[in-house]
Amino acid sequence: MTIQFNDETFRDDYSFYNSEWAINRFPFPFDKDSYMYAVNMEQHRGGPDGSVYEKRFDVDEHYVSEMRDRAMVLADDPLRCQSLPHMTLAGWDLLELIMVSKSEDYPDLFELHRDGDQWRWINKPLGIDDSFTFLDETTLPYGPMEYITRQAQGDYCILDQRDDNLWMDAGMVTTQADWSLDFDIGMNFFEWHAPVPLAHEKGIFVRALKFLLNIQQGAPARRLNWTMTVNPLLDTSPENYHKWGIQKTTLTPENIGAKQHLRVELQTFFRLPRSNALVFPIRCYLCSFQDLMTVPKWGRRLHRVIRDLPDELATYKGFIDNRPMMLDYLSAFDDGLPTSLGVWPEVDTEPPLQK
Amino acid sequence: MSTFDFPPSIKSRPVWGRLEARAGKHHLMIADAEGAEAIIAIATPDLMARTHIIFIAKGTSHGDALRALNPAQFYEGPTYAASVQRIRRVFQDAHMGLQVYLAGTEGVMGQAMREAIEAGIPHTAIQTEHRGSVARRMQCVHCKGITEDVETDPFVCAHCGLNLFVRDHYSRRLAAYQGVRVDAEDHGNVPEPRGIYE
Ligand code: HEM
Repeated sequence: MTIQFNDETFRDDYSFYNSEWAINRFPFPFDKDSYMYAVNMEQHRGGPDGSVYEKRFDVDEHYVSEMRDRAMVLADDPLRCQSLPHMTLAGWDLLELIMVSKSEDYPDLFELHRDGDQWRWINKPLGIDDSFTFLDETTLPYGPMEYITRQAQGDYCILDQRDDNLWMDAGMVTTQADWSLDFDIGMNFFEWHAPVPLAHEKGIFVRALKFLLNIQQGAPARRLNWTMTVNPLLDTSPENYHKWGIQKTTLTPENIGAKQHLRVELQTFFRLPRSNALVFPIRCYLCSFQDLMTVPKWGRRLHRVIRDLPDELATYKGFIDNRPMMLDYLSAFDDGLPTSLGVWPEVDTEPPLQK
Repeated sequence: MSTFDFPPSIKSRPVWGRLEARAGKHHLMIADAEGAEAIIAIATPDLMARTHIIFIAKGTSHGDALRALNPAQFYEGPTYAASVQRIRRVFQDAHMGLQVYLAGTEGVMGQAMREAIEAGIPHTAIQTEHRGSVARRMQCVHCKGITEDVETDPFVCAHCGLNLFVRDHYSRRLAAYQGVRVDAEDHGNVPEPRGIYE
């Protein structure tokens, strides 16, 4: 299908919206009525037609506006994109991976023409047509990682692999769930995960790292993570928390359905060919509570998950103070009926709300 | 004694050790303030004959006792900032097998550690021992300014003036802990400052 790109904002007047298409393909992260951290990883080998899992790098109706938002974040704070000196080759690897994937998966939107090391890249939605020499930085307006991730939705961390660990040595991070690339750059897998509660004790990070170290080229993996965001704000950075933190207190029982968003990250993992680095794209999807409630199964389930979530997780994710108001709202969409296993909306087979 | 038992913490927070005299031809010891006591505790005439001491006094008078150990080379500077160029130079000239000893506050050990690692000293050749003040070197996540020797939580950022709370999340690259606005969700509601470990 051709994508109609929304003209929308993720700040100030927050004109962001999801079409019905986007709501139905939203990556709802809960496959059952409760949630706890786990090593929830699977192969990233496509998914149902039209789902966010289908392509290697999903492009949706928010693409153009998200890239505009990223450019604004970078203009305010260039430290959101950093690459330690030894990571340039990995940046070229990433540029190649994204250009090849997007031009193959969305031939009507992106074209890549290669003649030896002379490459021409056409990005129709953003109106870009650039010719450059592969592996020659002087022929691009930015470093290779920055160049291509200014044209790709989601954050990107590039991890150098050495000493049986992963090191966050480069990244483009403007749509993060409250963590700082500038602070974490150079850390290893256990250090940057240090603030996460409970998961270390459960041995999750030791097992997850082992899995990641063994990811092979051509066999990417994926997982979902989620949190909560008031207003469809992409840049929930610690850098700007002194400005956006106060927005959490603007929720009321009247506006919560429109303002409170479930924020889901589709995280994928690809081995890069020349550098042997691992790239970790973190694609953020936002959906308001009121839009989620149009799917009866999701309404029932979200209420149960949020109600039973351990306090440590609600605190870490930053919504413990708003949880009572969320539950008041969500309980109206839970009639106590059982829900089917799995994340899919199943609007045709699940009964409508019996309240 | 100037020692302190740090409570268990998260995995980015450094864990400090206890200095031990090691074998080797070349030894470099960097200490600030009460860190001098950790050097004195392991000093022998034989070790000192092969040791370069860099001492950052921060207004203390431990320098005399260190000089009296008769090290092969001795330098005393008033602050870390005043001494850092010299520290870099000494690491540049480091011989293979150099043993590095860092003692004193977290801020000085963290910064000297960063210089050592950048100069290619293997971390197995670096020992540490915390002594003296438990103050922290803090980076404001908002303005990126560093505030040295922070003793209370919350504290005021020396650069942008925001009231910040003291996290345990630590960056070795910055040699600093992270400070985050404490009243971000309730402007003006700043708790009474207390000692970091109170
Ligand atoms: C190598 C790729 C990865 C990177 C770069 C990465 C990065 C991060 C970062 C920066 C955070 C925020 C920590 C903070 O509070 O400051 C985080 C949180 C977390 N990560 Fe990862 N991560 C990676 C892979 C994984 C994997 C494979 C797992 C599998 C279990 C995982 C599980 C988690 C969990 C459970 C959280 C807490 C999230 C929440 O509750 O909202 N991460 N990760």
